[in-house]
Amino acid sequence: MGKYAHLYVDAAKLTLLLGVAGILISLIIGLVCALIQYYRAPVLKRIVSVYIELSRNTPLLVQLFFLYFGLPKIGIMISSEGCAVIGLSFLGGSYMAEAFRSGLEAIEKSQMESGLAIGLTHAQVMRHVIFPQALSISVPVLCANVIFLIKETSVFSAVALADLMYVAKDLIGLYYQTDEALLMLVIAYLILLLPISFVAAWLERRLRYAGFGN
Amino acid sequence: MQDLGIRVLFMGNNFIRLLGGLWITIKISLISVVLSIVLGILLGLLMTLKNPVTKAVTKVYLEFIRIMPQLVLLFLVYFGATKAFGIQLSGQVSAVIVFTLWGTAEMGDLVRGALISIPKHQYESGAALGLESSQIYRYIIIPQTLRRLIPLAINLTTRMIKTTSLIVLIGVVEVLKIAQQIIEANRYTVPDSALWIYGAVFFLYFLACWPISLLASKLEKKWKN
Repeated sequence: MGKYAHLYVDAAKLTLLLGVAGILISLIIGLVCALIQYYRAPVLKRIVSVYIELSRNTPLLVQLFFLYFGLPKIGIMISSEGCAVIGLSFLGGSYMAEAFRSGLEAIEKSQMESGLAIGLTHAQVMRHVIFPQALSISVPVLCANVIFLIKETSVFSAVALADLMYVAKDLIGLYYQTDEALLMLVIAYLILLLPISFVAAWLERRLRYAGFGN
Repeated sequence: MQDLGIRVLFMGNNFIRLLGGLWITIKISLISVVLSIVLGILLGLLMTLKNPVTKAVTKVYLEFIRIMPQLVLLFLVYFGATKAFGIQLSGQVSAVIVFTLWGTAEMGDLVRGALISIPKHQYESGAALGLESSQIYRYIIIPQTLRRLIPLAINLTTRMIKTTSLIVLIGVVEVLKIAQQIIEANRYTVPDSALWIYGAVFFLYFLACWPISLLASKLEKKWKN
């Protein structure tokens, strides 16, 4: 089995690369959506809530099938990698948005008023007062989302990407070394996810008392 | 043909077949959710015990199940268990096993969280009023725990339905597989039906999960205090 280890390493790199890209875009989408909801921007607010409901109530696998097999029929061809990143961002954006929003909403209105009262501009209050606190409240959920999204990358094999699942299935099909292939699969995901999980737990402990008034 | 297969969607009994496929997904989710709730309550109670052995065992179980992608767990049971124990498990049975294992872990953690979120003074005040231990649980602790738990358990159901879409990858014929079959069967007459058929599957999942999500957030708001 040792000689197939490099297949797992390559696959893990691909998973990580697409996962990180998807997570970064999710964070941006999430932040923008959360701000739109926070400021209650008239029409955009509606669009954002439709997006969030659509994305949270459908599985990634179905989203990927639609992107990869459905859209080419109206002339929109996207590569496997593109579909994977778009799908993951579409899914992750709504989860990140909810995380940011719950953080922002947890900060009392009096903080904004106090900030304005001592002569800060609106942007300064957001930047120096609201955001740091909101972020520390959001961090546990954001970390949980990161782990969730990395786990979700396991369906990428369905759009013809050679990820970890794909390699494991391939090896099972080719050599019938089911036990070894599955063991390597589990180890690969543990190596990917355990460090993230530890960092998340550490961050959560560090930031727990950052909020005002705790 | 420029209708891109919306015709195919309603041709013959295609739409009924899609709904049948969705029902298989929902059936597996519901069985798993019910089993998970029962086992999860037991696990949650077990996790609040002070015994170090049960604490360690349940923690390892919880962490392993939660950190592994559900698809990996499906592969472990569907391919691994079959080989290791020489038993033949159908895709559907493997799916129920995996989603019950996963759901139990999630539910167990929710139950534990709900139980420890009831402050100690609630027990003490009950006792001070002269209630017996069973009365304290019956009238004070369990109603409060349930209020925190029910919205979360309903949320677990939508997550279960969404996750169950993975079973197509271990060869269970469900809504996505039937969609594929319909597209392939009409490949020559309507080569472009994939857009509408997969679009329909997308909205079927949405229609299955959305009402449940709404219910959960309604209940959560209603019971907040």
